[in-house]
Amino acid sequence: MAVKIHSPGLSTSVQDLGRPGYYHLGIPISGGMDRFALRAANMLVGNDEGAAVLEAVFMGPELEFSAPAMVAVTGGELPPKVNGDERPTWEAFPVKAGDRLTFGFLKSGARAYIAVSGGFDVPVVLGSRSTYTLGALGGHEGRALKAGDELPVGQTGGKGGGAIPAGLRRAPGNPAELRMLPGLYWHRITDAAGDRFFADTWKVAPEADRIGYRFKGGTPLDFVPRTPPFGAGSDPSNIVDACYPYGSIQVPSGTEPIVLHRDAVSGGGYMMLGTVISADMDLIGQLQPHAPARFVQVDMDQALAARHDRQAALGRLRAHLGR
Amino acid sequence: MSIRFTFGGDEHIFAEVSEEMSLEAFFTSLSMTNAVKAAGIKGVTEICPANASFQVKFDPDRIKPTDLLRELKSMEGAASASDGALNTRIIEIPVFYEDPWTHETLMRFRERHQDPNSTDIDYAARLNGYGSTDEFIAAHSGSPWFVSMVGFVAGLPFLYQMVERKRQIEVPKYLRPRTDTPKLTVGYGGCFSCIYSVRGAGGYQMFGITPMPIYDPAQKISYLQDNMCLFRPGDMVKWKPITRDQYDAALEDVAANRFQPTIRDVTFRLADFNRDIDGTNAKLMEALHGR
Repeated sequence: MAVKIHSPGLSTSVQDLGRPGYYHLGIPISGGMDRFALRAANMLVGNDEGAAVLEAVFMGPELEFSAPAMVAVTGGELPPKVNGDERPTWEAFPVKAGDRLTFGFLKSGARAYIAVSGGFDVPVVLGSRSTYTLGALGGHEGRALKAGDELPVGQTGGKGGGAIPAGLRRAPGNPAELRMLPGLYWHRITDAAGDRFFADTWKVAPEADRIGYRFKGGTPLDFVPRTPPFGAGSDPSNIVDACYPYGSIQVPSGTEPIVLHRDAVSGGGYMMLGTVISADMDLIGQLQPHAPARFVQVDMDQALAARHDRQAALGRLRAHLGR
Repeated sequence: MSIRFTFGGDEHIFAEVSEEMSLEAFFTSLSMTNAVKAAGIKGVTEICPANASFQVKFDPDRIKPTDLLRELKSMEGAASASDGALNTRIIEIPVFYEDPWTHETLMRFRERHQDPNSTDIDYAARLNGYGSTDEFIAAHSGSPWFVSMVGFVAGLPFLYQMVERKRQIEVPKYLRPRTDTPKLTVGYGGCFSCIYSVRGAGGYQMFGITPMPIYDPAQKISYLQDNMCLFRPGDMVKWKPITRDQYDAALEDVAANRFQPTIRDVTFRLADFNRDIDGTNAKLMEALHGR
């Protein structure tokens, strides 16, 4: 069984739950930006939750199947069509050999997850099938898909089927509220700048990808004056190059915050204000350019409670699908 | 040196050994991360040393963040008391300084540079008080360098110059980062040199290019078959200036997969280095050149 790519969309890549363990070498975890949607898509077609799927950004690809399969599309609202006939999102549907899967225009969100029963069987590299484009690693030839590519699909294991009702899904609000734990180099900015950072509504900048999401439109930060430490650099936002946590919010020159995501650069020389909590990382992957967003301050107990809420939501999804 | 610990969300602890860069801060970071690795703490998933700091990623479902923080703090005394001895390697990296490819790139991004009428290396030479670019290249390639961090992108080494602080080269990063940097560019920002392992964005000044691959995701290059990333924190590097002809010959060797880097095992002691920098470096050079 194979899937032929007739048109790749804007940027479509193979992703699973990622490649932990190599961040100390600068190789990020990668994997689906919206892991909840990725898991849901796999559950619907009877795959392991961490099987490899396609992550499509803003625009869907055009695919052809060489054999019958179950397919599910979750995440952003990117309406699938089989031979031109629309199919629902968040619901498993069958395809036959020779069927063509195309997509209508994106209605909401930013990234759709396309699961096929059996999972995309590209080679496992360093423990994962995820694509890390910057390092030309994993996925299909280490890159986003191109027209003419053919992806092998594995053997079907479990039983697919079913649908996920809207109440069990999750999408960012308007404005999106991204909960963050202040810390790291928060002490480098003034109290007034910190207050404004939380009070402002920011907008997603066009420079928003798997490495990181840039936000603009808020007030530039005022820094606490200092003598630059040796090796840091002269800008008040510079630090001696250090590790960047996933979700960390760096603010080069104090102007536009960047939240690092699954293909994060593993380190660098800009101060970070804090870190978006693990529970809200999925939401970022569904923000379109110009989408409004606010940063909401939480403490560690709230971050852990939110994490448990997300695990419970995943549990409800599994229960609903009888898994 | 008291380490500043801070949480990076609910999955990371970030530890700043020192605000400023020094070999002492790097050695403390390295011995702390080695100690955390050796301790095998449940729930710890990634341990990343950096120049003067380090980061531990953990699974808060398996260990409470405050418990891990307490464990890390309890290791601080032992780490800072370590004697700074390191069994490591020294690697010779050929560099074609002032090459045409980084030159073409730096000319494209002149409006993002502090000194648009100069080249990156002329600017760096002038800023650091060197009379000519040749003198600057002699200084950059004259002493060994420490790999004090690997990261930013896959396999990229940050390199710290092994000379007394007053002789260390310091250069600001570009005013605004470039969107392009040739693969294997030898760069400079702050007090660090680096080698760009892949083509892409970058803010470091560009001095030259090496023909020697340092990252191979396909793991086909003979010396990268076991580890796709050449560098590990604690490695040492010595730059070797080469000509265009030598660069082209090395590229041919790389293409035929017969290029072999010069790599020697060495022992380094921070205390010895601090006592006699030039003498320690001379011994490292002897080890590298097998004399």
